[in-house]
Amino acid sequence: MNSMVEMKGVVQRYGKVTVIDQVDLSIQKGEIFGLLGPSGAGKTTLVKLMAGILQPTEGTISLDGAALRHLAQMKNFGFMAQSDALYQELTAWENLDFFASIYSLSRKKRRKRIREVLEMVNLSSSKDQPVQTFSGGMKRRLSLAAALVHEPEMIILDEPTVGIDPVLRQSIWNELNDLKHKGVTIIVTTHVMDEAEKCDRLALLRKGKMIAMDTPEMLKEKVNVSSMEDVFLHYGGDTKWIPSM
Amino acid sequence: MDTFHVMKRILLQFRRDKRSVALMVVAPLLVLSLMWMVLDHDETNLELGAVDVPESMLEKLSSDTLVVETLSSSRAEEKLDEGTLDAVLYFENQETSLLLEGSDPNAAGAIQKELQSLRANQQISMNVEYYHGSEDLGLFDYVGPALIGFFVFFFVFIVGGVSFLRERTQGTLERLLATPIKRSEIVFGYLAGFGLFTILQSLVIASFSIYILGVFMDGSFFYVLIVTILLALAALSLGTLVSAFAENEFQMIQFIPLIIVPQVFFSGLFPIEGLGTWVQVIGQMMPLTYGAEAMRGIMLREASFAEIQLEVYILLGFTALFTTLNIFALKKHRRL
Ligand SMILES: Nc1ncnc2c1ncn2[C@@H]1O[C@H](COP(=O)(O)OP(=O)(O)OP(=O)(O)O)[C@@H](O)[C@H]1O
Ligand SMILES: [Mg+2]
Repeated sequence: MNSMVEMKGVVQRYGKVTVIDQVDLSIQKGEIFGLLGPSGAGKTTLVKLMAGILQPTEGTISLDGAALRHLAQMKNFGFMAQSDALYQELTAWENLDFFASIYSLSRKKRRKRIREVLEMVNLSSSKDQPVQTFSGGMKRRLSLAAALVHEPEMIILDEPTVGIDPVLRQSIWNELNDLKHKGVTIIVTTHVMDEAEKCDRLALLRKGKMIAMDTPEMLKEKVNVSSMEDVFLHYGGDTKWIPSM
Repeated sequence: MDTFHVMKRILLQFRRDKRSVALMVVAPLLVLSLMWMVLDHDETNLELGAVDVPESMLEKLSSDTLVVETLSSSRAEEKLDEGTLDAVLYFENQETSLLLEGSDPNAAGAIQKELQSLRANQQISMNVEYYHGSEDLGLFDYVGPALIGFFVFFFVFIVGGVSFLRERTQGTLERLLATPIKRSEIVFGYLAGFGLFTILQSLVIASFSIYILGVFMDGSFFYVLIVTILLALAALSLGTLVSAFAENEFQMIQFIPLIIVPQVFFSGLFPIEGLGTWVQVIGQMMPLTYGAEAMRGIMLREASFAEIQLEVYILLGFTALFTTLNIFALKKHRRL
C-alpha cells in the first residue's frame, strides 16, 4: 500500500464527549486530501491526530506505513495550525530560521529554503519585520511558510487560506499543486467550497463522523447535484451549514 | 542540539523584549534601593552610655555620631528602659562588654560598626549582649542577602512562567511539538536561555546591592553569584512547571500569593525558630528558604563552600525535580 496516513477505528474523546467517532481513512501518497465539515465537526482534532500531537482514545494511526513511535518520523511532516503559532517578537526570518533549525537543516540550506518559501508566500519584502506588526493574512502566510520550510513529504494545513485574498490564494494553490507533482502529500481542511473542488479526494466530516469520502466529481455524481455546496447540504441533512467565507 | 536552538531563540526574544529584561534587572534594583532608603538610614546621634570605662578608652570612642555619656550602672539600666540610650559599654575586670538596647536594629548595627574599629585596634575582646531583641547587624544588612535572593527568585519566576505559558497560549508549543524536537530539549532550552540571562541578572543585582547600596558582605562574591543563579534556575523551573496549571497570564499572577509570598515568610526575614515543627517542615519544602540561608551564610558569616554546599545541592535538587516534572507534564501535549 502506498498510503501516507492510515486511520482505523479512530475515536477521540474529551471526557464523555466523543469528538471523533470511529473514523477510518486512508490518504494516498502524493494526493491533495481535503477535509470538509461545519464548524465543530472535528476537522482540527482529526488533523492533530494525523500530526501526532494528539493520541487517539481508541484505534490506530499509521503514518507512512508505521505507527508513530519515534520522533525522527516527524521530520517528514509539516504542520500548519489553525491559529497562527508564531513568535511575535521575532521577525519573519527569525521565526522561519528557528523552525528550520529544529529540522537540522544546514545553515546554507536553511538560508536558501527560507528565501524560497518567503518568495512563495510573497513575504520577501517583510522578512525583517517583527511578526507583531503583521496583518492577519501575513501571519497566515508566514505560518504556511513555516510548515513548508523543511521540505516535508507530507504537509497538514488547517484552514490555510483564511484571511488570504483570492489572488494570493490562487497562487498558494498553484504552489500546492506543484508540491503535489513533486510527490508531496497534502492534507488540507477547509470551509471554502471552491477550494474543496481543488482536492483530489474529499472527506466530509460531521459531528465527528465521516459521512462521505470520494473525489469531488464522484461526490457530486452520487447525489446527483452540480455543486459541492449541494453535496454538503445533502449530507449535512438537518445541520445548518454556514460557510465561514 | 535543539536545546541550543531554543536557547538561542529565547535570548533573541530577550533582546527584542526590553521590557521583560528591565523587569528582571531594573525592578529588583529599584525595590532594593527603596528598601535600603527605608531601612538603612544612618543614625545621626547614637547615644552610648559608659559605665566604669577608663578615660583613655573614652577618648578613643569620641566620634561625630557617637554621644558618650558616663553614668552609673543603675542609671544606665533606667535609661535603657526608657529607650534614651542605644547601648551601654561596661568595663569590668579588664573586660569590656557592650549591652545593646536592641529594639532598633539600625542603631544596634551602627553602634557596633562604630566600635568595630576600636575593637580591631585595641584587640580588646568585647562581649556583646542585647537588652532587647537579638539582631546583630543593621536590619538591611540582615535582610539584604535574603532580599537579593528573593527578588531574583520572584522576577525570574514571573517572567519565566509567563513566557512558557505564552508558548502554550500562542500555540507555538503545539507547533513545536509537531516537529521532531524532544520535550526535554524544549525544557532544557528554556533553562539554558534563562540561565545565561540570569548570570547577567545576578551579576548586576548582587554588585549593585553590595557595592552601591553597601549591604554587609563578608564572603565570596563568586559564591553569591552561584547561589543567586541556582535560585534563579529553581525559580524558572518552578515557574514553567506551574504555568502548566494556568490558562492565561492573569492566572499566572494568581500563583504569587500561593507560591511566592509564603516563601518570604520562611526565607529568614521573620524568625521561625520558635514555631512548631510542622511549620518548619513547610519551610523546608521551599527553595527560597535554602537560597536565603546560603546567601546569609556567605554574606554575613563568610561561609566557605563546604558550609553552603548542602543548600547548593538542595537548590540543584529542586531544579532537577521541577525540570523532570515539567518534561513529564509536557506529555499532556504530546506522548512522545
Ligand atoms: N481540548 C478539548 N477539550 C474538549 N473539547 C474539545 C477540545 N478540543 C476540541 N474540542 C471539541 O471538539 C469538537 C471539534 O473541534 P474541532 O476544533 O476539531 O472542530 P473543527 O471542525 O476544526 O471546527 P472549526 O471549523 O470551527 O475549526 C468541538 O465541539 C470542540 O468543542
Ligand atoms: Mg478547526
